[in-house]
Amino acid sequence: MFYWDKETECMDEGALRRLQGERLKETVRRAYECVPFYRRKFDEAGVHPSQINSIDDIVKLPFTTKEDFRENYPFGMFAVPLEQIVRIHASSGTTGKQTVVGYTRNDIEVWSEVMARTLGAGGTTRGDIVQNAYGYGLFTGGLGAHYGAEKIGASVVPISGGNTKRQLQIMEDFGSTVLCCTPSYALYLGEAAEEQGIDTSKLPLRVGFFGAEPWTDKMRREIEAKLHIDALDIYGLSEVIGPGVSYECMEKASLHVNEDHFYPEIIDPYTGEPLEAGKRGEIVFTTLTKEGLPLIRYRTRDITFLHEDRCACGRVFRRMNRVLGRTDDMLIIRGVNVFPSQIENALIGVAGTEPHYLIVVDREPGKLDDLEVWVEVSPNMVSDEVRRLEEVEKTIADELESTLGISLKVKLVEPKTIARSEGKAKRVIDRRDLGS
Amino acid sequence: MKVKQISVFLENKSGRLADVTRTLADNNINIRALSIADTIDYGLLRLIVNEPDLAVKVLTDEGFTVAETEVLAIEVPDRPGGLAGIIEILSAKGLNIEYMYAFVGRSGEHAIVIFRVEPIDAGIEALKGGGARILTGEELHAL
Repeated sequence: MFYWDKETECMDEGALRRLQGERLKETVRRAYECVPFYRRKFDEAGVHPSQINSIDDIVKLPFTTKEDFRENYPFGMFAVPLEQIVRIHASSGTTGKQTVVGYTRNDIEVWSEVMARTLGAGGTTRGDIVQNAYGYGLFTGGLGAHYGAEKIGASVVPISGGNTKRQLQIMEDFGSTVLCCTPSYALYLGEAAEEQGIDTSKLPLRVGFFGAEPWTDKMRREIEAKLHIDALDIYGLSEVIGPGVSYECMEKASLHVNEDHFYPEIIDPYTGEPLEAGKRGEIVFTTLTKEGLPLIRYRTRDITFLHEDRCACGRVFRRMNRVLGRTDDMLIIRGVNVFPSQIENALIGVAGTEPHYLIVVDREPGKLDDLEVWVEVSPNMVSDEVRRLEEVEKTIADELESTLGISLKVKLVEPKTIARSEGKAKRVIDRRDLGS
Repeated sequence: MKVKQISVFLENKSGRLADVTRTLADNNINIRALSIADTIDYGLLRLIVNEPDLAVKVLTDEGFTVAETEVLAIEVPDRPGGLAGIIEILSAKGLNIEYMYAFVGRSGEHAIVIFRVEPIDAGIEALKGGGARILTGEELHAL
């Protein structure tokens, strides 16, 4: 088992809760004093910083949402003057204005530290060559992984995303040992290596840190088989800090939240009520040390749950399950909540189905929603008879229907016709006009 | 006795059939017979070509999903009742014809029909016993 900072990561649980309480108290005080938005919001909720004395008091605080970022665009959420901000990132908003975040010098230090823990948990050391294929720029993925790897003292190759041919050439020529990118791109790299006749088992590449989009254990196994590496999940969002909010250890048993810096809660997305451990709901984060942009009970819209038991690795940090879906790209089809990840899980349960699929939702006026799942054919599905293809479609449809509880249509499409994304994979096309 | 047939999965969208025929043409492969089975969304293009192994390779390289099957090429007398006679041989033995389609060329006075019979070896035996002539791959491609 590997650790970057074992003393902190495996600290006493009581001491951690006390530390969280102290840090929350200070964060709330600063947010109230320095950010007019928070002062207004706390006043409206009838809560004063003096009422926050331990981590359990966190439930008294109001939530912060993505809309709050938009309303305070661009710098209204900052708690320090711009003289103290050394970095600004923004996340690609799918609608409306970008979500802008600012970091003080100390925030960058904290970010580097939590990313060092993340990469260190997969055994990254100063002897490693880290090929960082996350995009550099306003997106936090590139620089987040970069600073963490540099903190460790590894040799960072800041290749950024895209240009698959060059990625593979550098991987071979430099002997990269660590890969950072989105899981769908890792899979794509594995396929491209195969096509180019590169024997990945002969490459020094050893471990990969994949995040920024949901994926599954089946995808993990595929990536591991195709690239001959250990594939670890990482999680983060720019509003909280970027990558490094939570990370997997070599147990590969869900993601340890860096709880001394980011406090997780699971709530019911409809009522906002906190849910007990083990229950599935929306994960909410409160930053405990951020200076530039303190975040109080931020609604991530990510659906997951916190594991109740302690991980075998000995870390005190609680584990969040890999993200199961989003409250906002959660599809409601004929009244049934459908998460794309459920469809992926069901698809890979059907033998011979590679997880390249597209969910298409449509609604004709006056009719019920239509759900189609497009699946790329693989050679083992095709024979000389249409009947065989129809059987494959039916097997997949039956599996999906039993998982989701709604009827749907499976449509087989030609290989490589569903776009492989070099960034976040596009898995859903919703053609319904659902208004707003 | 058996002839190799290749089946190509095609989505029902414009240009896909042309992509197949262009790929075969570029590799100097001659199509001797074909049929299409389709649904609303996709089809299977079944082909008899002069160089089936090469065809599988070039089509796979082009990104198509291809399957290989064995079928029978049978001489059918070119007169009323010719085809009926052949089919009766098979149905008398309770053998199932999955599908059939015509071959472009002729064998002397005879037409040629491609049969997909299940099970194929029982089909061969029945047809031979019934006096029908089954062409080999070489004979077929020499026509």
